[in-house]
Amino acid sequence: MSAPALGKDLTGLETLSREQIQLILDTAEPFKEVSERAIKKVPALRGKTIVNLFFEASTRTRISFEFAEKRLSADTVNVASTGSSVSKGETLVDTARNLEAMRIDMVVIRHGASGAAQFLGQRIRSNVINAGDGKHEHPTQGLLDMLTLRDRFKRLEGLKVAICGDILHSRVARSNIWGLTKLGAEVGVCGPATLLPRNVHELGVTILPRIEDAIQWADALNVLRLQLERMQAGFLPSLREYNRVFGVTTERLSKAPKDLLILHPGPMNRGVEIDSDVADGPHSVILPQVTNGVAVRMAVLYLLAGGSPDWAHPGGGGGE
Amino acid sequence: MRPILIRGGRIIDPSRGTDEITDLFLADGKVQASGRDLGHPDDAQVLDATGKVVAPGLIDVHVHLREPGQEDLETVATGAMAAAAGGFSAVCAMPNTDPVTDNQAAVGFIVSQAQRAAKARVYPIGAVSLGQKGRQLAEFGELVGAGAVAVSDDGKPVASSHLMRTALEYARTFGIPVADHCEDPTLAAGGAMHEGLVSTRLGLKGVPAAAEEIMVARDILLAELTRGHVHLCHMSTRGSVELIRRAKDQGLRVTAEACPHHFTLTHEACEGYNTNAKMNPPLREPEDREAIRQALRDGTIDVICTDHAPHHYDAKEREFDDAPNGIIGLETALGLAVSELVESGLLSLPDLVNRMSVMPARIFGLQGGSLAPGSPADVVVLDPKAEWTVRPEHFYSKSRNTPFAGRHLRGRAETTVVRGQVVFARGGDT
Repeated sequence: MSAPALGKDLTGLETLSREQIQLILDTAEPFKEVSERAIKKVPALRGKTIVNLFFEASTRTRISFEFAEKRLSADTVNVASTGSSVSKGETLVDTARNLEAMRIDMVVIRHGASGAAQFLGQRIRSNVINAGDGKHEHPTQGLLDMLTLRDRFKRLEGLKVAICGDILHSRVARSNIWGLTKLGAEVGVCGPATLLPRNVHELGVTILPRIEDAIQWADALNVLRLQLERMQAGFLPSLREYNRVFGVTTERLSKAPKDLLILHPGPMNRGVEIDSDVADGPHSVILPQVTNGVAVRMAVLYLLAGGSPDWAHPGGGGGE
Repeated sequence: MRPILIRGGRIIDPSRGTDEITDLFLADGKVQASGRDLGHPDDAQVLDATGKVVAPGLIDVHVHLREPGQEDLETVATGAMAAAAGGFSAVCAMPNTDPVTDNQAAVGFIVSQAQRAAKARVYPIGAVSLGQKGRQLAEFGELVGAGAVAVSDDGKPVASSHLMRTALEYARTFGIPVADHCEDPTLAAGGAMHEGLVSTRLGLKGVPAAAEEIMVARDILLAELTRGHVHLCHMSTRGSVELIRRAKDQGLRVTAEACPHHFTLTHEACEGYNTNAKMNPPLREPEDREAIRQALRDGTIDVICTDHAPHHYDAKEREFDDAPNGIIGLETALGLAVSELVESGLLSLPDLVNRMSVMPARIFGLQGGSLAPGSPADVVVLDPKAEWTVRPEHFYSKSRNTPFAGRHLRGRAETTVVRGQVVFARGGDT
């Protein structure tokens, strides 16, 4: 078996090379087909034990990982814990070491603290996959967004993608910025100045102050969910005003020089950051994103387990 | 108590402007004389300081000794021993203990613990407000009567401008400085590190430089209003330095301190979510670090202090957001100051002694900071050329939380004398 192509853990896209990201996307292609079969299962991870360790509520990401794991024939355990490890009384590292003492192979972690996945990865032998850590990264979301863009445009090089909304608190934005810029796409960020990090231009992105600017500039919009707690924290006056100033509406899109592809990582606040007729419209790829999420996560799990990209293709060796 | 003759060292005493190779004779807890061919009694302890520097003992005006309340992290005795090992003959202990050092009994307890330890001197700093709650002034007169040398709510800013005003006015009665931890609590809320490119990349909430500078500006205005003495703790930003420079030009009673980590490291030390680089104020940008260095050179910042903040291993072994602020510094401060400031040519050794001994004594009205005859026999013999590697497992401090583990440094204390007694000697502790 060849050396692991991704290293031990997947904590973010910032630390991956262009080639590694390309490899994940290419490996996801054949896995798409597995989910279309009548019997949606390949034996690639048979005998592997994976723990899904979710310290934050998540429906979509957790289920997507679980499908990916089961379709690769892994044995999975879900550990959900609301609140931080601190309030639970046990530290994160103790939780992980206890799990590892039960002889597991991989941990998929979602945690409210930035850096939690890296912290864990440095302290246990199992592979660690970041399913979202605080405001840091959500690499598999970034990857599935990129796969969806590549499906539609057949390329990422030179593509203009505007990420719209709360960039400051968004791990999805960070993973998209790293991944897309590494693969040669241009990234714009659009949102109220209170929700853009002060140094965001230093990440190599274009700042688009108004949603109208983003619509003029971009080939695709990735519309982020607006968290309701941002109002309480004083970043925004009201949801109503946010929709009026930054909402992605049919009317605004009608002024675009071309048809824009619409992405959204979910869950959506219909009528806040995105109007229903846009979300359900002909240029929305919000559901294909979800479908691609399973394939991308299968690819990541498979590659971290030491699988060779060649074996992922139908008719290949199955990875054992 | 045996007299001590320190022979053949380079005696640097900026309080008198002297810098010469000669001998120093200590007896009865005081400096008796310096010069060549000093006679000494037969029972005198003779220390050979050839090739070394002999200076007034270093003084750290900002440490946290955790006693009472968190004796598992540090005690007055272990902190005073760590201080001695770092070349400090005296430290000032911040009042954020549990219970808070906001009354004369609490001050008296620290004084008596320090006497029992008999290592470096420990001067308590009393709280500005009862319980450090920021509402009602503590009894400064009683605090000073019991041995406090300053007041501070350090760890917390004095958020109320009215309270800060009355504290500065009331402190004038007793001739003590009010040491303020400058931080606008609303701008800093929830922040884990400096707000900048690194915080953006790591997805951590940042504390902007303005959070410090707003309070520095306020404190300077209040110093002007009250004619009181404000001492600005652990300055970390270029903007703060500029504000202090202007205040000093105006002749206000504003003094300031800076820590080795702020003149050595930048926010990049937080990469990889290194919790030993988490502190408040946070590590800033390269321009801020440079401004602090220049301010130490030109005297805009008067003193180097450590903000020695012991934490347990477990407390730092967790998610960055949840880890406590602070690092220990007593046993690395001199090495960092020599390596970063003297070796780079920014400060001379007399300048360094000035920032680490003479000025701290002067600003806080402490004994020491001088080797003039009649001064207390608080002396450090240091080797500015000694090369060593930071090994936290060898620290006298109870805690190990330092970002400098494994770092190669130049300069360290060889012998520390307090009240005419050797309290630390490298290679053979007393």
